[in-house]
Amino acid sequence: MTALPLATEKKLGLVIDLDTCVGCQACATSCKEWNDGGYSAPLSDEGAYGPDPYGAWLNRVHSYEAGEGADSRTVHFPRSCLHCETPACVTVCPTGASYKRGEDGIVLVNPDTCIGCKLCSWACPYGAREYDYTHGVMKKCTLCIDRIYNETLDPIDRQPACVRACPTGARHFGDLADEESAVSKLVAKRGGFDLLPEMGFKPTNKYLPPRPRKVTPEKEAERPEPIERPDGSAAERLFAWIDKVLSA
Amino acid sequence: MHPAYSVILFTTSSGAGYGLLFWLACAVLFGGVAPTGALASAALFIALALITVGLLSSTLHLGRPERAWRAVTQWQTSWLSREGVLALATYVPAGLWFFAQWLWPGIWWPLAMVLALLSAIGAMVTVWATGMIYQSLPTIRAWHEPMVAPIYILLALTTGAVVMAVLLAAFGAPWSTMAILSALLLIIAAAAKWIYWRRIDTAPRDWTIESATGLGRIGRVRPLEPPHTQANFVMREMGYAVARKHATVIRGLALGAGFVAPALLLALAASLPSGGPAAFIATIAALSVATGVLAERWLFFAEARHVVTLYYGADRA
Repeated sequence: MTALPLATEKKLGLVIDLDTCVGCQACATSCKEWNDGGYSAPLSDEGAYGPDPYGAWLNRVHSYEAGEGADSRTVHFPRSCLHCETPACVTVCPTGASYKRGEDGIVLVNPDTCIGCKLCSWACPYGAREYDYTHGVMKKCTLCIDRIYNETLDPIDRQPACVRACPTGARHFGDLADEESAVSKLVAKRGGFDLLPEMGFKPTNKYLPPRPRKVTPEKEAERPEPIERPDGSAAERLFAWIDKVLSA
Repeated sequence: MHPAYSVILFTTSSGAGYGLLFWLACAVLFGGVAPTGALASAALFIALALITVGLLSSTLHLGRPERAWRAVTQWQTSWLSREGVLALATYVPAGLWFFAQWLWPGIWWPLAMVLALLSAIGAMVTVWATGMIYQSLPTIRAWHEPMVAPIYILLALTTGAVVMAVLLAAFGAPWSTMAILSALLLIIAAAAKWIYWRRIDTAPRDWTIESATGLGRIGRVRPLEPPHTQANFVMREMGYAVARKHATVIRGLALGAGFVAPALLLALAASLPSGGPAAFIATIAALSVATGVLAERWLFFAEARHVVTLYYGADRA
């Protein structure tokens, strides 16, 4: 059903740390690898080794430059479904294939009832949904629903593939409805923010802003000159003579 | 937004069909046109053909057309589903009326009037639902505009009126009133489109790459490296920008060829007696309107900018 649950028991989601993300694409490739065999299979690629490869991916890592001059920095920016509290992608769906789960808030597409009209992708401001031309249905992040509840996996692996793959610990998974959860505390401590909050879809996923720079341009100016100037002492002349002899 | 030809054909063809159905019903209800007979049969056939071609065409852009029936289930939340339900519901009175042409030519006139009335209401409500599919999307500023659904209705009424004028002239029925009405509707539609284009050109485009990424707190944001080397679905579907630089020219062509020229033609020809020459001129006007409306509908997609393009380097949306 495309009617939204009034409230969800849990709000499972991701917290993405833009300070520590290094843009290595491990989350994106690991997502592709897992989901090409799991719930979202097939996550098709066309002409993968040709001149114009095309494929559906559920996670994309952009790189942006932010700020000016000495204070500018590179920010790597992973972008995937934010599992919004009031997702328009669900309510516009004419078939009920798109739905939001009442128990954990995960937004899913049922690949057996999706007609591939693509209206949900128009309704999403975050570009979270990618159409699979081969399969003829819409694909999106499932929050690895086939991992997080999968009792055949080791407990440590029962989290989304992207989180498991991240080498810098920039991705965190948990219940954002629980104020005592590690992710909620992290969001509170680091000032986690929503993307495009003015659109009103109330994303569950949060982004942690890059930390303030430790070395500011002012501090940089105060730093002592690193290279020592020649002072003309006897020892210095001795070493200069040795250097000259050895270099000859 | 990528202009899918199947959706352009659907909205223009079905729009004209529903408009024709509306005007035929009006002609029967208020204009003394017989609810059965050659004129009503031909008009109903053409209206239902235009509607059906459009609806079938709309299923061509689906990835899974065989599942299209599922689209009538979510009318509580989805405008696309509501459109499907209303389109199917309108087939009931229009279809009964159509089959009465042969099965029951001397149809009891109150029943004919009820079928005509229900057909007219169904036609307009369906077109309104089509417009609301677009108008209800806040992610596309040019569509999230109170004029969008009314313009869909206005253009359906206009194109339907022109086809109705052609049919009246071809069947030797009094056509002058319909020709004048078509000319007036064409001018009103042209004015509405002109105001709409002015509005979308001057609307504040205050979503930025800074707000989309939340990185405005650091300063100005610009893309450094894209996430992929080739265009993905999001860029193909939402990032369409091929013809924007020609938009002004196409707007002029749509207004001139699609609205102003046929309005003049119909207004001048309205004094002609109904018959061959009048029908010929009206047909030329109708073809001209069709070209203009196709161009207008193409622009409706091609000019619409989606918020998601901000992530791919659009400065504003």
